[in-house]
Amino acid sequence: MTEEDFRYLPDTSKDVSEMLAEIGVEKIDDLFSDIPKEILMTEELALPDPLSEGEVLRHMKKMAAQNTTSQDMPIFLGAGTYDHEIPSAVDAVISRSEFLTAYTPYQPEASQGELQAIFEFQTMISELTGMDATNSSLYDGPASLGEAVALAQVQTRKKKVLLSNGVHPHARQVVKTAAPGRGSEIVEIPLKVDQTDLERLKEAIDTDTAAVVIQYPNFLGTIEDLRAVKALLADTKIKFIVMANPLALALLETPGQLGADIVVGDTQPFGIPMSYGGPHCGYFSVNKTDIRKVPGRIVGETVDQDGKRGFVLTLQSREQHIRREKATSYMSSNQALNALASAVAMASFGKEGTRQMAQLNLDKAGYLANQLVSKGFKLFNEGVFFNEFIIELPLSADEANQVLLEAGIIGGYSLAKDYDLPNHLLLCVTEKRTKAELDQFVEVLGGVLA
Amino acid sequence: MNSVNPSIFELSRKDRVGYSLPKSDVPERKLPESLLRQEAARLPEVSELQLMRHYTRLSHDNFGIENGFYPLGSCTMKYNPKINEVTARLDGFANIHPFQPLEHVQGALQLMYELQEDLKVITGMDAISLQPAAGAHGEWTGLMMVRAFHEKNGDTKRTKVFVPDSAHGTNPASAYIAGFDVVSIPTTDEGFVDVEDLRQKVGDDTAALMLTNPNTLGLFEKDIVEIAEIIHDAGGLLYYDGANLNAIMAKTSPGFMGFDIVHLNIHKTFSTPHGGGGPGAGPVGVKEHIQPYLPIPRVEKTDSGYTLNDHYPDSIGRVKGYYGNFGVLVRAYTYIRTMGPVGLRKVSESAVLHANYLAKRLSSAYVLPYDQICKHEFVLSGKIQKKQGVRTLDIAKRLLDYDFYAPTVYFPLIVEEAMMIEPTETESKETLDEFVTAMLKIAEEVVENPELVLEAPHQKSVRRLDEVKAARQIKVNYFQS
Repeated sequence: MTEEDFRYLPDTSKDVSEMLAEIGVEKIDDLFSDIPKEILMTEELALPDPLSEGEVLRHMKKMAAQNTTSQDMPIFLGAGTYDHEIPSAVDAVISRSEFLTAYTPYQPEASQGELQAIFEFQTMISELTGMDATNSSLYDGPASLGEAVALAQVQTRKKKVLLSNGVHPHARQVVKTAAPGRGSEIVEIPLKVDQTDLERLKEAIDTDTAAVVIQYPNFLGTIEDLRAVKALLADTKIKFIVMANPLALALLETPGQLGADIVVGDTQPFGIPMSYGGPHCGYFSVNKTDIRKVPGRIVGETVDQDGKRGFVLTLQSREQHIRREKATSYMSSNQALNALASAVAMASFGKEGTRQMAQLNLDKAGYLANQLVSKGFKLFNEGVFFNEFIIELPLSADEANQVLLEAGIIGGYSLAKDYDLPNHLLLCVTEKRTKAELDQFVEVLGGVLA
Repeated sequence: MNSVNPSIFELSRKDRVGYSLPKSDVPERKLPESLLRQEAARLPEVSELQLMRHYTRLSHDNFGIENGFYPLGSCTMKYNPKINEVTARLDGFANIHPFQPLEHVQGALQLMYELQEDLKVITGMDAISLQPAAGAHGEWTGLMMVRAFHEKNGDTKRTKVFVPDSAHGTNPASAYIAGFDVVSIPTTDEGFVDVEDLRQKVGDDTAALMLTNPNTLGLFEKDIVEIAEIIHDAGGLLYYDGANLNAIMAKTSPGFMGFDIVHLNIHKTFSTPHGGGGPGAGPVGVKEHIQPYLPIPRVEKTDSGYTLNDHYPDSIGRVKGYYGNFGVLVRAYTYIRTMGPVGLRKVSESAVLHANYLAKRLSSAYVLPYDQICKHEFVLSGKIQKKQGVRTLDIAKRLLDYDFYAPTVYFPLIVEEAMMIEPTETESKETLDEFVTAMLKIAEEVVENPELVLEAPHQKSVRRLDEVKAARQIKVNYFQS
């Protein structure tokens, strides 16, 4: 490959000399004469030589092939990232370059498509969460939770946060990482078996408390009793934050209906590939009264000069480019493309389909749990679970996963590290798992009982 | 309602579906009535074709880099190569779970490790974490490391972070949210950090200075070596905002300049699509003395393969679920392998050439407040046109009629009627010339037919939108009355 041969760089040597002449300098290096000599690089970067497109593709395919994927083996891992069906329409839409290669819609007249798509996303998530208003997205579920905690602290002018141990361990860690900067005091509320210990929660509530955070269904798969939590918060100004799996919300009573003040989570279950954990898409929903406090971007409906409906980014005076050090969040970008993917998936499944998909998850997880129990395993969950549950084993989770792996199955999430439950496996069953796969799973795992 | 595009909720008809789910092959399970939602979510009911037409119609009403030139300063809207999309969608990258056993994901970890090594070379740093999800997230992560570093040294009175008044708004915001007091440093008439002012302000309460270089005026901070000395002598750290890295890749590096911590906007510099606002990725790099504080887990290479290591007791902790925006990292890795060292150098050179060429040609009709060699972007002022009764925003809207996107406007805040233009290296000279023609034509229109500019855009699906109404009568949900 010659030095001139870079397919994304269109300048010919004629172009270069014409532009240099117009600028009034002799050579390209003259345009870098403002960099002090002592910090100018004298050698090329020590990187591998450029590859042609074919070479890059072969290299990448080889690297990708070293990974075992959910196409190779049935997977029973959930724990916040899920292997769901993705309609082909999703990739067809997000691959359209007008969506894929757009920037933040600063000029709404040239970006109505993006803005309307996000407005519709906001509406769909509000429908699922039972809240009035949703932003255009944040980085992911944990990031959204971090921002929810911050909003509650700003609103209540209090710093203490009661964080259930039923919340995803990564989300808890992200909240704790942010705590020193925001001056937060994080108090973790233990679980009673598989649900937030309401007695302990009740004891921890005091006049310094800004927020209570519950996951729904929680990390162990159990559907927490949000009504009971809300009852503990009656007559207080404590903010009730619920982190919810949006797919489960197609079936479950909405956090909004149950009294949540802020609902957050990740829309990865709708149309976003697992992609080794990112990029996913955080959502953030609130009641009408709090809309002006929400972090990130929000699309609002308005009219143009002729009275025609149109959409704009709104409430921008909250944002960093205007508020600078007085802004309440540093987040300036969102996950617009992934929000679009989720919107397309939700619209594809539709009102009935989304409910059916949730029901399939419920049914299949129930079937696997029942089969395992009838084989002699113990179900750890005491409460009702959605599409994840925990099985107690007579051996370590790692050993059990190894047995499954040898049979060509990607097993579950070991709870040894985060919950000190060394012989417990968190299993997830989505609509993609067939009865044959579930039966095979039971048979293989059953082998460890022999 | 009089509208360009119907809402998907208006297209919805009961009992239509756009996707067929698998039939159930297990018994149905009933949840207790008390757990069920009372009312179904009103999601749309459309067929697959209706859905595709809806979103295709919306896409026609949206401007991306493949529709035309996007001269958005400080945003680096370069072309996004197609091969990046192919590699990010490979089964081996798209369909792996973050909690799979490490031996299942060696390819993914190798990619992350090698990308870390590449970014070390490009930035001149000693260690990299790929975890932050976006540029501003990287900034905040960097500032939390500044905090951890000083705390570890028992230096808790270091509460001040300096930020130039020309800086991106995310700089002061992330410093504030990391718990620092933000102190603004003025810009000189020549467009540089006021070194004397900085020298006066530093002291034993200095935590860090945040700087982008080239700065947001598109100028290389010529005193950077001295600035680094001032900060370091005061016991503070120097933080590099990588938003403008595209101008200096392979010419110099934050490491060469004396920075301790850097974040990169890899979606800008390494050509991953912006997707209408994200996802991006904002890796952070640090010099050796800061590496204990990097987020966990860290991707490492051992004798037995690649691994995730979270045994770093001084780490600030985890800043994101899982390990970063992996799909974005695959695209950036693909781009770096495609360009190699010579390609990355030529990127900077072409980006800088294009910016200087545009600045020179546009200075005949618009004010160029900092008339000197610029890097990959430059700022124009529309103050002549303002005197003629037309604001920069109007010029921006008029550009849309010429099938260009608008530059960044009213930023940086220190330039009156600012227009910040960044052509990038992927535009051809013909496109740059067409843009010049349009900008010069608009300057004429401002004089000869100002109404034409004031009423713009005329060629888009909607005319000027009422942003005040949107903020006062908030409607962010289709079903909200």
